[in-house]
Amino acid sequence: MSLTASIGQPISRLEGNLKVTGAAKYSGDYNVAGLLYGHVINSTITKGKIAQISTVKAKALPGVIQVFTHENRPSLAWFNQMYADMDAPPGSPFRPLYDGEIRYNGQPIGLVVAETFELARYAATLVEVLYENETFSTNLEENVADAHTPALGLATMLKPPPPKPTGDFETAFAESFAQVTADYSHGTEHHNPLELFATTTIYEGDGKLTIYDKTQGTVNSQLYVGNVFGLKYKDVRVISPFVGGAFGSGLRPQYQLFMSVMASLELKRSVRVTLDRSQMFTFGHRPPTLQSTRFGADKDGKITAMNHSAIAETSRFEDYTEVVVNWSHMLYPAPNTLMEYKLVNLDVYSPLDMRSPGGSTGLHAIESTMDELAYKLNIDPLQLRLINYSDRDESLDRPYSSKELKQCFLQGAEKFGWANRNPEPGSMRNGNKLIGHGMATGIWEANHLPAKAEMIITKEGKLKVNSAVTDIGTGTMTIMAQIAADEFGLSVEDVVFSYGDSKKPFAPIQGGSFTTSTVGSAIKAAGKALRKKLLKKAGLMDNSAFRGVPISEVIFDNGYIILKNDPEVSVSLRDIILANKGKEIKTNNLSVPNVFKLKKYSRAAHSAVFVEVEVDQELGVVNVTRALTVVAAGRIINPKTARSQILGGMVWSISKALREETIVDHGLGKYMNQNLGEYHIPVHADIHDLDVIFVEENDTIINELGTKGVGEIGLVGMPPAIANAIYHATGKRINQFPIHFDSLL
Amino acid sequence: MNNFTYSKASTVQDAVNRVQQGPEAKFVAGGTNLIDLMKYHVITTDALIDVNHVEGYHAIEARGEGGIRLGAFMTNAKTAYHPIIEQQYPLLSRAILAGASAQIRNMATNGGNLLQRTRCYYFYDVNTPCNKREPGSGCSAIGGYNRIMAILGASESCIAVFPSDMCVALAALEAKVNISGPHGDRSLAFTDFHRLPGNTPDIDNNLSHGEIITSIDLPSKGFSDNYSYLKLRDRNSYAFALVSVATALELEDGIVRESRIALGGVAHKPWRSAEGEAFLQGKEATKENFTRVAEIILTGAAGYQYNSFKIELAKRAIVRNCMMALNPETQLPGAQPSR
Ligand SMILES: Cc1cc2nc3c(=O)[nH]c(=O)nc-3n(C[C@H](O)[C@H](O)[C@H](O)COP(=O)(O)OP(=O)(O)OC[C@H]3O[C@@H](n4cnc5c(N)ncnc54)[C@H](O)[C@@H]3O)c2cc1C
Ligand code: SF4
Repeated sequence: MSLTASIGQPISRLEGNLKVTGAAKYSGDYNVAGLLYGHVINSTITKGKIAQISTVKAKALPGVIQVFTHENRPSLAWFNQMYADMDAPPGSPFRPLYDGEIRYNGQPIGLVVAETFELARYAATLVEVLYENETFSTNLEENVADAHTPALGLATMLKPPPPKPTGDFETAFAESFAQVTADYSHGTEHHNPLELFATTTIYEGDGKLTIYDKTQGTVNSQLYVGNVFGLKYKDVRVISPFVGGAFGSGLRPQYQLFMSVMASLELKRSVRVTLDRSQMFTFGHRPPTLQSTRFGADKDGKITAMNHSAIAETSRFEDYTEVVVNWSHMLYPAPNTLMEYKLVNLDVYSPLDMRSPGGSTGLHAIESTMDELAYKLNIDPLQLRLINYSDRDESLDRPYSSKELKQCFLQGAEKFGWANRNPEPGSMRNGNKLIGHGMATGIWEANHLPAKAEMIITKEGKLKVNSAVTDIGTGTMTIMAQIAADEFGLSVEDVVFSYGDSKKPFAPIQGGSFTTSTVGSAIKAAGKALRKKLLKKAGLMDNSAFRGVPISEVIFDNGYIILKNDPEVSVSLRDIILANKGKEIKTNNLSVPNVFKLKKYSRAAHSAVFVEVEVDQELGVVNVTRALTVVAAGRIINPKTARSQILGGMVWSISKALREETIVDHGLGKYMNQNLGEYHIPVHADIHDLDVIFVEENDTIINELGTKGVGEIGLVGMPPAIANAIYHATGKRINQFPIHFDSLL
Repeated sequence: MNNFTYSKASTVQDAVNRVQQGPEAKFVAGGTNLIDLMKYHVITTDALIDVNHVEGYHAIEARGEGGIRLGAFMTNAKTAYHPIIEQQYPLLSRAILAGASAQIRNMATNGGNLLQRTRCYYFYDVNTPCNKREPGSGCSAIGGYNRIMAILGASESCIAVFPSDMCVALAALEAKVNISGPHGDRSLAFTDFHRLPGNTPDIDNNLSHGEIITSIDLPSKGFSDNYSYLKLRDRNSYAFALVSVATALELEDGIVRESRIALGGVAHKPWRSAEGEAFLQGKEATKENFTRVAEIILTGAAGYQYNSFKIELAKRAIVRNCMMALNPETQLPGAQPSR
């Protein structure tokens, strides 16, 4: 009996039960005898020096083991590039406890290690610090004059700088029939995954460490620890089986990892360091960004000129960049373009990729400008997108590997009822509520990196797959098991996918929506090799009917190899293992994207988003009453986990457009709402009717699986669709996120 | 957190005696505010006296002279869902349910609600100047990020607002606060309970150290025919009011016989305006008259850099909420604006 393929099935997360019953262990949950607890002390000033730091009172408390500061830290790697992790932007990475300089508010300046967490936390309050203050600046708006072109570096590979200008923008814009000029402003946001950052370092002796770390890249943490502390990579094992959300915050090793390992090595004990919620505001954030756009079109709506400029914040030590201004020309084939992206160095920590980095910022400006242009031209906003539709990426002058965006528009408009919309702003109402319908386009690049996977047919004839990749709560484990199962015609129950361990075959950091394509392709490569090996072993068995049979003549199904043209002839995987003297059979394969073929194409997932809002006419209160996201992202491995990704992005879109902001007091140079009571993310009462459609998109170029990834595409198109719907409801263009109800009074 | 002792009081007298042991001794009820403040080192204590097991004052009782008595140690949730409150004092029920989250309301007590501290960001951050936390250190909010701050009754030393929803309804209903202390028992009218900041923003209210709230009295008039609570905030639940309004009207043939309008989120205490309420008396219950009342109530309001919007918002909220009070069934869950 043939099993139905796992790919395409809406299988529930395999680890779901462990998570909802509390059985899943996170990095702060691993206990060993004699474990010590560290609590980090953070700077209370924004810039200056530590003139004096006294730990006497803290150390005097019984149960306090040690207090580490820049004065007594162990000697560390001196070369600052040794601190550069796989995701480090150009610059010199922050080095915790390196010296007495204060570079930003909340900088870690010490670690108290004690026998209990509570004691460490209390002792930390007894450490006395005297600072010398220096003047600082954290305000992007006040410092735009200092904007500079970002330094280039390794990261430029995945984050290309703006494309070169084409044509003659200024002239074409000046001569265009319809023109729109707009400014956009976004503030700081912090990732705030529910799980707090924690590292438990188990001191194994003989210079060996086992580290449970909250991370999106076990290998990244392993390299960092090896480099900074001068350890052999093979002596450092980083494990991260469950990650309670990360959204990019775990792309770089964070300071709790450094602190935990440092204390463990110095004290020769196992040490856990857990950050609290307010400390989640002391590393990495989505940078505030100021944008301006100028779009010009002819009277038929064809865009003739596009200018998109952005100025973003970064720290004084690294040039963190995002892809903000590259998207419009990927979407719209205007002949005259000018894209600019600059940075301002401020006294803050380096920004850090946060779900849909750059895209969720840039698409807001692009897609709200498109909406404004549609009104200027008196053309339906959806029609304007169709008029400017292209199957090619004009920014790089090459075709898309696949692009079913038009289907997204058409299916979405139909399901949403876009045709019933009266385009006149403020024309639709229900009692006190103005009703608005808005739409926007989303785009996100589909990348693919090299990775390895190991595949094993165990003694029991089951399939085991190993990869260092993490599962940041997206369902990675489940879909990798599905992909692997189909390689052998097995059911998902017969597959064990082991992951989240730096000892397992290499996988890059998990982010950018490239994990499914990257690790999935490695699994496919390993599957192919292992099928060949099994067939060869089958051919070596006594009187084997499979001797010399080419791989194309057999199928793997439900634990058997079967001859294609004589299904009566089969051999079970268990029998092959028996004949192999009971030993498991395995392969370990590297999969490298076919760069030569791929570079002829642009590769991206697309979306069309339709939103209905209700705005109280007198009081400004906004509710997103209905939203639909239609996605073209290649093949969908698991419609259930994929849908959850898009729904999560849609909830986040409501957050981004209407709720979320880190409040900064620039006089103090610090973030003021460092808790989830005041850092507003949506509550249930903010979420109404959300719907997702995946359109068919067959991509034979992108990779063997035909996948594009769905991690970010849900959060790029909807924020502008909300802003556009608010305009439709009220006639007011609010280009600053989040849109608070008081801006609509 | 500092080390402190913890003990359970068995009676009101026992609680009062225990809290005399030192100036830093504190009662703890639901702990939903106090424990946070202790964790942020805003409040330090050497002795916590748990009042959750005190005999009596955990229920609602009818009072001889009419009206009811709310036990101070009863939870906000039990109070809001109590049939007497739902039927006779629905304004109070609505206001309580507009506050915090279900989990917090299950822990929070009626006494504790009156004594919760402001949500000013700077008050919670011990590394910033704040006159309320540290008298004389200055006010960071006046020149800082003051979007959530006061527009009425503020002073040069503090512009914080009192964040409670429940108390806005209690102010409108003209409740009375019953107190026991080392020198015996006393009562305070609700409007006399909380204070404006003046030069002593560190003192939120007129309860002295050593005194305990035992109950809250509600007069018999519950305004259950024409009432409404409206709360405007940055998300639909689990956020403090930027502006909230409690309206209670007594109508006769479309004429206002009596009106109570209390504002939350705008001042250091629930805000009422005698002039405004007097104006409405004997007038027709129309949008025009409500608009005029709103102007009167907001007379003298002043905004700071980021919160001036509250002035116009409060006016519009008053008008809408008075309209909602004419048809209380137009109220929506979460005290959202009517459709
Ligand atoms: C995240 C969050 C959101 C919230 N949102 C809202 C909101 O939207 N609206 C709203 O109204 N409230 C809100 N609250 C506040 C909540 O209502 C209060 O924290 C709660 O009512 C306090 O009651 P408690 O019993 O927990 O007090 P505790 O925290 O136990 O005590 C508070 C203070 O009162 C003193 N005390 C307690 N009982 C007595 C007594 N009987 N006599 C004398 N002193 C006493 C204590 O010593 C302490 O100083 C929120 C709270 C949180 C944490
Ligand atoms: S407004 Fe009041 S509570 Fe806030 S900082 Fe000023 S003094 Fe402190």
